[in-house]
Amino acid sequence: MSWRKGGSTSLSSKPLATIISAGLSKFGRREGVYGRELFAEAVKEAYDRCPNLDPRRDIKALFVGHMGESYEHQGHTGPTLADWAGLLPVQATRVENACASSGVALRWATLAISSGAYDAVMVGGVEKMTHRTTPEVTEYLAMAADYPFEQWHGITFPGLYALMATAHMHHYGTTEEQMARVAVKNHHNGALNPKAHMQKEVTLEKAMTSRVIAWPLKLYDCSLITDGASCLILAKPEIAGKFTDTPVHVIGAGQASDAIGLYERESCTTLKAAQLAGRDAYKMAKAKPQDIDIAETHDCFTIAEIIAYEDLGFCSPGDGGRMIEEGTTEIGGSIPVNTSGGLKAKGHPVGATGVGQAYEMYLQLTEQAGRRQVEGATVGLTHNVGGSGATATVHIFRRA
Amino acid sequence: MMTETPPFTIEQFYKFVSEKKLMAAECVECGTMHLPPRPLCNGCFSSHMKWVELKSGGKLLTYTVIHIAPKRFESLAPYPVGIVELEDGLKLPGIIRDIEHEKISVGMRLEVGFETVESSGWPVWPRYFFKAP
Repeated sequence: MSWRKGGSTSLSSKPLATIISAGLSKFGRREGVYGRELFAEAVKEAYDRCPNLDPRRDIKALFVGHMGESYEHQGHTGPTLADWAGLLPVQATRVENACASSGVALRWATLAISSGAYDAVMVGGVEKMTHRTTPEVTEYLAMAADYPFEQWHGITFPGLYALMATAHMHHYGTTEEQMARVAVKNHHNGALNPKAHMQKEVTLEKAMTSRVIAWPLKLYDCSLITDGASCLILAKPEIAGKFTDTPVHVIGAGQASDAIGLYERESCTTLKAAQLAGRDAYKMAKAKPQDIDIAETHDCFTIAEIIAYEDLGFCSPGDGGRMIEEGTTEIGGSIPVNTSGGLKAKGHPVGATGVGQAYEMYLQLTEQAGRRQVEGATVGLTHNVGGSGATATVHIFRRA
Repeated sequence: MMTETPPFTIEQFYKFVSEKKLMAAECVECGTMHLPPRPLCNGCFSSHMKWVELKSGGKLLTYTVIHIAPKRFESLAPYPVGIVELEDGLKLPGIIRDIEHEKISVGMRLEVGFETVESSGWPVWPRYFFKAP
């Protein structure tokens, strides 16, 4: 498989909005901390990075992704987080699209800036999960799947992705070993990320012999239950220079929906919503898959990363397994994917994930990614999926 | 006096399941089949539907074996679930029963069976399941 690099530096698309700062809480098991406090941690980093920003004067709206009220018995998260960010009485809106909540929030924040309605907004996400038992978390996450036909018949979230994995193995010959290689790669990357939930390598053998969760998916095929929060500050491209010398432009923002039930969709080997969101993002960015230098994809399960390669046009349908095997998506490969460790090793505090991916892109495109820095990365892509694929958003970013 | 057509709801789908019937809604305007039934056709926006009984045989499209189960299914674990393609291309997910896990394979023929046990509290939906024909 050959991956040809495009002339990404020449992308001529007009920025929709510009990231002027970003923050991320430490991801992990954060005992004794409440969700809003995690958010304050992410916000503090974003404020510290941007001393020219006067938050209460400059930030005119907050969009925040948060999936579940059940974890902390807390809904109405928008104004609560606005308060903990020190932004009252800013207008604050919570977005809920399952695991794509903050990816969708990012898209609407981007469109809010590009519409001209605001000069600067904050977008973020949060989820506090680890204080709940695994069966509780399993139940809360399952709410993103269809109730009357999927949950009611005992189908769990790993079960849905396992159904996709079996279909992919059957149609394309994808193997359990190829899936395990996604885990090995992402754990390797996570070990280079001081904010990752799990900062340790895993061997192929350990991944492949871990206990079965939903065959063919094993423990190491599944992302982590994690606490965390994420935050970006977006501004109009024309004024971004007032705030920062290292802006990152959002140049594409796509989103699409599909039936909530996996069984209702055309195919179990692809996520149509992700394909459509990608198509729209590429079109806005005037970019092709070959223009992408680096990507964060939604690896809630290892098979999801393999399918993402295909849906985003990084390889042909069915070739995703080979792509991971050939090392193309490792740091040092021609298109590194999930340099942060991904949902697999950095962790998956569901509401925080979409903006958390954009935070990694911000670090990479401004050369602040430390030991996992991809040299010369200019154009990056994030891919954030809700549930088993009823929501998908794709964003494309360019170093200014 | 004509008997009133049952509403095109998920509740009604499961009422039919309790009568051991697998029923889909067909849009009278455009012919699209809906499983689950729905009151508004997502093809042509008509709400003119009729009930159609489906044959119970189908083909297994994909499957998994759930080892870590939600609370109310814990006693069954590990249990296989699959998506079965019925006639007219309609698909349905459900638990596969009474087949050794090693003998389950994509493409095999399965048949819908019906549970009689009813649950208490919301929702009162009897389950269908898949079994060897």
